[in-house]
Amino acid sequence: MSANPQQARKAKVFRPVVATSNDLATGAVVFRHGDGTWSIDIGRAEIAETPEDGDRLLARANADQDACLIVEPALIEIIREGGFVRPVSLRELIRATGPTVPLPPEAYAHL
Amino acid sequence: MYRYDEFDHAFVNERVAEFSDQVARRLSGELTEDQFKPLRLMNGVYLQLHAYMLRIAIPYGTLSSRQMRRLAHIARTYDRDYGHFTTRQNLQFNWIRLADMPAILKELAEVEMHAIQTSGNCIRNVTADHFAGAAADEVGDPRPYAEILRQWSSIHPEFTYLPRKFKLAVTGAPNDRAAIQVHDIGLELKRNAKGEIGFAVFVGGGQGRTPMVAKRIRDFLPEADLLTYCEAILRVYNLDGRRDNKYKARIKILVHEMGEDEMRQAVEREFAAIGRTALTLPAEEIARIQSYFAPPVLATLPAHSDVLDKAKAADPELARFLRRNLHAHRTPGYGILTVSLKPTGLPPGDATSAQMDVIADIAERYSADEIRVSHEQNLVLPWVCLDDIPAVYAALKRAGLATPNAGLVTDIIACPGLDYCALANARSIPVAQRISERFAALDRQEEIGELKLKISGCINACGHHHVGHIGILGVDRKGEEFYQITLGGSGDETTSIGEIVGRGFSSDEVVDAVETVVETYLKIRTSPAEKFLDAYRRVGEAPFREALYADA
Repeated sequence: MSANPQQARKAKVFRPVVATSNDLATGAVVFRHGDGTWSIDIGRAEIAETPEDGDRLLARANADQDACLIVEPALIEIIREGGFVRPVSLRELIRATGPTVPLPPEAYAHL
Repeated sequence: MYRYDEFDHAFVNERVAEFSDQVARRLSGELTEDQFKPLRLMNGVYLQLHAYMLRIAIPYGTLSSRQMRRLAHIARTYDRDYGHFTTRQNLQFNWIRLADMPAILKELAEVEMHAIQTSGNCIRNVTADHFAGAAADEVGDPRPYAEILRQWSSIHPEFTYLPRKFKLAVTGAPNDRAAIQVHDIGLELKRNAKGEIGFAVFVGGGQGRTPMVAKRIRDFLPEADLLTYCEAILRVYNLDGRRDNKYKARIKILVHEMGEDEMRQAVEREFAAIGRTALTLPAEEIARIQSYFAPPVLATLPAHSDVLDKAKAADPELARFLRRNLHAHRTPGYGILTVSLKPTGLPPGDATSAQMDVIADIAERYSADEIRVSHEQNLVLPWVCLDDIPAVYAALKRAGLATPNAGLVTDIIACPGLDYCALANARSIPVAQRISERFAALDRQEEIGELKLKISGCINACGHHHVGHIGILGVDRKGEEFYQITLGGSGDETTSIGEIVGRGFSSDEVVDAVETVVETYLKIRTSPAEKFLDAYRRVGEAPFREALYADA
């Protein structure tokens, strides 16, 4: 499962985190932005640089869940790379970018 | 095929209305996720890695063309234009919007389908031999009994909150194609010395983190007692199964802890205590259900088809397809065809909406309007006249559905793995793709012969790796995907659990490791007639381990 703030805090070095969840109505993987909106764009996600900021970010995400905007919020560790933001774990990378295999409609497009 | 009666229609429509209301209340905020989650799971709705996933029940893997077309329509209208056929003979849509669920369930109900009991700690979709009713080696058609079990287990008030999920499988043939010995209850239809129909009853099989082969607790159960005996098993489990630890809550753990004899005695005591009740099946009720599964009217034909022989002689690709994908039929002049959903390099078990429509059209025209889903994630056309096979093959080929690999090394079972599943630790599909590409050469596949390769992306074993001749289990090792190889598993009438052969392999290494295992088999087999599993059982793991870890 996604890292929670406790897990992140236990790490020897705290890594920056963003808040992720699934959109309630569509189920789409979304990330919380600084303006309180959620979208599929991790590049626009609000980044918490300290454990305390992480706690506050998760609290806001939980409030959004209570407001029935999103489901199962969690904090995930990210790294910044060449101007991009990407999750640390493979699982979260796949959540953020989609399956690593072609979907059948693309795979069979030649037929 | 079974057709819903008034009760079925009313029950499913009521459930659609009920769940539609629950979805509306969730979207409006009236229900919290904690309140809603158990309700959505009871209706087959999961929240997976990327989106909501809807798992649709396909009882005993039997579909009509109309139902297949409806699934295609749902894929096209509400999903990303494809569906995934699973190892439980179900279909999963991976990209469904919660807001669309009511409309989808309504569309499913119109064709006598639903998603009830495809999740949760209840009795799940009853599976059966995918060649049922048509196989040459069959004692009897298992589907009427699977249907009786479906009716009995649907919203059974006593068994809606079991310690854990519960799966039944039924085979009507001694050659077990339904993997009954790795189910909570496995039933083998058989005849006794008097020629009466009944069942051998197996209990406590399963895969997951603690794989177990089921114990045969009854050698012959009269068919009239089917429900009473299953009720007795479920009662023993419901009462004594563990609820304190979900990893020890399946009936296999109870059977293991009680021991086979004690389990048998407990079930027999409960069976006797229930006695002859309304659960005892009257012969006329069995006959009524059987009438729904009466074979289609088939022509009287010679066993051989000149048309097919001629086409086969003219087309080596068709001949190859027939060698692997045509299976013996009980009716002369007919065949059972496997439609492989395992084309080279593509995800096992997936079909586009266009392919579903093609299969529906073919089935309607050439297979008595009937399609089966196999637990091996393929589709089956059970009633094809041999004379029609060239036309069927041509239509399948045009749709990318004529891969001639049934039962070969590229006919891989793979769970969705980390590409889709919230529980997975490692990816399965890319490994399947790479193995499929490595062994793409058809001559080589045929030279290797029957080899069941199964891949799971976590210990829950949805990819059945424990019963793969070669099994691959994906694990997470410090953030890296690693793959453990097991050898010698089997899910047939000689069921065995594969043995771990040694340390795991990285994602980069695993395909080479599989190839090493296969090459080792080719070297040690006594002749091409000795299959991989037979060779493994003869020599054990030593030569494979030696070859795999020679440089270690």
